[in-house]
Amino acid sequence: MLLIPCPWCGPRDETEFHYGGQAHVAYPGNPAALSDEEWARYLFFRDNPKGAFAERWNHSAGCRRWFNAVRDTADNEIRAVYRTGEPRPVTA
Amino acid sequence: MTAEERRSPLAAFADRFDAAAKSGNLRLTDLPFRTQLNLRVDTGGGVAAGLEAALGVPLPAEPNTVSATTAGSGDLTVTWLGPDEWLVLGPPDLAQEPLHRAVQEAAGDQHVSLVDVSAQRTTLLVAGPRARDLLAHGCGLDLHPSVFGPGRCAQTMLARAQVVLVAQPDGFHVLVRASFAAYLAEWLLDAATEYL
Ligand SMILES: [Zn+2]
Repeated sequence: MLLIPCPWCGPRDETEFHYGGQAHVAYPGNPAALSDEEWARYLFFRDNPKGAFAERWNHSAGCRRWFNAVRDTADNEIRAVYRTGEPRPVTA
Repeated sequence: MTAEERRSPLAAFADRFDAAAKSGNLRLTDLPFRTQLNLRVDTGGGVAAGLEAALGVPLPAEPNTVSATTAGSGDLTVTWLGPDEWLVLGPPDLAQEPLHRAVQEAAGDQHVSLVDVSAQRTTLLVAGPRARDLLAHGCGLDLHPSVFGPGRCAQTMLARAQVVLVAQPDGFHVLVRASFAAYLAEWLLDAATEYL
């Protein structure tokens, strides 16, 4: 089980959290202007890196806040956590 | 609804809680109907001081901490639930009207929400020398007094049920949803077998 450090509550078991997918996917400024393909890309296409990946988590059984984490998809290490609205920190 | 008609979600456990206490290792005490008010406010707007004066309790800013009224000014405890969310705990049948009015006045034109959620959770006191060992059977948090002593609280999972834990001098208040209370009581009594 992952031990995820909530930026508010501190380290908690993974079972207290819900996963929210890739972070920093901006909502299109003018969705109506998008073609079907562009809209589909926004909705369904996500990065799938081997290595550092910024993703959203919700501390659903604790403070119930969304936050972002940089997790290494190769070894599952959480490299950084940061609050919503904060920029992605530089990680090794 | 009158007080006589209210029934604790854990009323059926009274005898088994009494029996468990005979061991001297554990005390499970049903504390039903305690007043619980959910407070939401963005303290960045500068209303915190007014609200604290209205409630007579500081709003704890540090996550997972509790503040309580000093003797004489009432019997309220405020637990941190989130960066803009607190749970105000008081005795059963607390007169809420003056609190609601004072909070609205202190808020002025800022957005503040104070909602009675007393019926959502019931309170169970888990106390005694083996209280921490018992909770450790189903809770991943370090509940040692050096980490989780009086003044600390946490929203977490206990035996897969969502709970609010509030440290007490001799144990823990476990706030659990009314509909989960019987399940959790059964689980606690089962987990406590080795201590009874
Ligand atoms: Zn949290």
